[in-house]
Amino acid sequence: MARTIQSLERAAAVLRLLAGGERRLGLSEIATALDLAKGTAHGLIRTLQQEGFIEQDAATGRYQLGAELLRLGNSYLDVHELRARALVWTDDLARSSGESVYLGVLHQQGVLIVHHVFRPDDSRQVLEVGAMQPLHSTALGKVLTAYDPVALSEALDGERQAFTERTVTGEDGLEAALELTRGRGWASDVEETWDGLASVAAPIHDRRAMPVGAVGITGAVERVCEGEDLRPLLVAAVRDTARAVSRDLGARRF
Amino acid sequence: MSDTHETHASAHGGGPFIAAIDQGTTSSRCIVFDKDGRIVAVDQKEHEQILPKPGWVEHDAAEIWTNVQQVVSGAMEKAGITKQDVLALGITNQRETTLLWEKATGKPVHNAIVWQDTRTDALCKELGRNVGQDRFRRETGLPLASYFAGPKIRWLLDNVDGLRERAEKGEILFGTMDSWVIWNLTGGPNGGRHVTDVTNASRTMLMNLHTMSWDEKICSSLGIPMALLPEIRSSAEVYGEATGDLAGLPVASALGDQQAALFGQTCFEEGEAKSTYGTGTFLLMNTGHEPVNSYNGLLTTVGYRIGDQEPVFALEGSIAVTGSLVQWMRDQMGLINSAAEIETLASSVEDNGGAYFVPAFSGLFAPYWRSDARGVIAGLTRYVTKAHLARAVLEATAWQTREIVDAMQKDSEVELSSLKVDGGMTANNLLMQTISDVLDAPVVRPMVAETTCLGAAYAAGLAVGFWSDTDELRANWKRAAEWTPRMDADTREREYRNWLKAVERTMGWIEEEN
Repeated sequence: MARTIQSLERAAAVLRLLAGGERRLGLSEIATALDLAKGTAHGLIRTLQQEGFIEQDAATGRYQLGAELLRLGNSYLDVHELRARALVWTDDLARSSGESVYLGVLHQQGVLIVHHVFRPDDSRQVLEVGAMQPLHSTALGKVLTAYDPVALSEALDGERQAFTERTVTGEDGLEAALELTRGRGWASDVEETWDGLASVAAPIHDRRAMPVGAVGITGAVERVCEGEDLRPLLVAAVRDTARAVSRDLGARRF
Repeated sequence: MSDTHETHASAHGGGPFIAAIDQGTTSSRCIVFDKDGRIVAVDQKEHEQILPKPGWVEHDAAEIWTNVQQVVSGAMEKAGITKQDVLALGITNQRETTLLWEKATGKPVHNAIVWQDTRTDALCKELGRNVGQDRFRRETGLPLASYFAGPKIRWLLDNVDGLRERAEKGEILFGTMDSWVIWNLTGGPNGGRHVTDVTNASRTMLMNLHTMSWDEKICSSLGIPMALLPEIRSSAEVYGEATGDLAGLPVASALGDQQAALFGQTCFEEGEAKSTYGTGTFLLMNTGHEPVNSYNGLLTTVGYRIGDQEPVFALEGSIAVTGSLVQWMRDQMGLINSAAEIETLASSVEDNGGAYFVPAFSGLFAPYWRSDARGVIAGLTRYVTKAHLARAVLEATAWQTREIVDAMQKDSEVELSSLKVDGGMTANNLLMQTISDVLDAPVVRPMVAETTCLGAAYAAGLAVGFWSDTDELRANWKRAAEWTPRMDADTREREYRNWLKAVERTMGWIEEEN
């Protein structure tokens, strides 16, 4: 059997001791129960407290299990919660950019569109909520793949279809695009999925900096790009929106 | 939410702007809009809900006036502008909330009595005499109910010492919150304008819809001296100029909140309707220049009046329990952790599994008006799961919308072409799709969620020429999403029949009212 780490075993013992019902224990009770020196127990408790796994009752000074532990088992962000939080910001992005806005999350081997705001030009458009987009070629997909390790393994293992002449299908090409995305904080798709269309997307993070989704705009390549480059003002607007939604998720989760 | 709008403000150019005040039930807000109708900055402040007895709800009007001043300067500060950049101030407000104050000092004689307050229930029954609650419906479009301002004024006159004498001597002024804010903005005791707009006046039960003026007979039936009442003006005109910090700014619109949302949704054509989905839901349909009598339990109300143009009327239906049913599933039943999760849970099944939920928590409202009804979950079998119930919860809002739309179509003989929606529940995609399915009509969400403030801003902007006409406002309206019907007619009919059967089962639960 491989070597185990003693301090982790002890931390687990502290949590087990506090588990169940309304148990609250003081420092010396914990130290005695686990046969530890008070200083050692205090170090363990302080670390667990910093991680949110243990909380100290202000009135009595006793310790109890922290809220973070409960969240561990149920920590995924409800996509409808994400949409509700993003609504105001994505409306504003559609207005300021003049393009349609999409909000996507990782689902199985692709991007699931959970929110879509029409391009504000009164043309006939169809709500694309529930549609899937590929991970390797779209701006939303590249953002998720760059920031979420689960998405990365899906993109690397899955089949990477060539949709246009510009689709990057090779592993090296994909890795390079992801590297670029992580470096600058946003991803693009210039006619890599659909001829004539370009997209920009940026990541949405929750309060623990976990990537929970991506938000972006899609529009005609002539409007979204300037020559070979994406228009900087549009990139800035997308990133502002991603930051605003992230901030909203961090400030008040429930 | 205001902080990032600030960072966007640079994208709005230099103005000028319109500032809209929303004096609401729980808070006062001010939003600064640019010419495209985009939000530049928001400021908001909550006020205290004073609950002296069960069923009684009051507000401190002095606190509200202080908050209004603060949010106006707060919003302008956040937008990085001064009063020179603002062309006009518009006002929208919680409707029916009633205040009496001293003309000479501006001091309220009592807390404002809020629209939700039910202390005038017994008084309203008494006022109905042998005729019942429709005694004044022909003139005012309203049933005798505790919401409306007239009976609240009467209660104050009966219950505040010496008030009736002072009112008869002309020392006291009445106003809904629009009047209170305008009077204070334009100088208060020093020449403040004592006015109200037609939409707010139409919720007092004292205004005659056919003459658009105070009805002397009703006032005397209710025992209300007419010296109390403000002058009735249009919804979009310059009532006066602000004094104090905002000196010189034209105060140029007033609209009750639901009417403001109708205006903000640019429902300017007969047959256009909006529905605001919040805790409860309010549906208003533009019925053109004639008031339409309702024989199906709806209210007849003024939609808006722009300057000296013809007034536009509306039919109104409200649903008491919509968003609050989702909250009930979260807080009382514990079936979900957040309101948004209702959609996740409901989406995990294909249909309602045969279950129907009629949330008649305090009786059935429009179009039934049965106070003896109570909530029912019908059609339960062992097969039904919490996910089916979640679906039934969302369908309850959809079917109640259908019942009100049906009543409106019967009363007005106008077919609804599409429904414009706003409010918090529009984030629920499944709900919006379900509403479209059961109405068999498109459901459309506009890009600006703040339609209430936007309506007040639009009316004020029209009054000062910032926007030239309603066509220009309509061009500002942008579709953010549209849901189209996907349900086949047979399913729709079968489900509607089942819903109506469930509704029937709610009635007569309360055997005797005490």
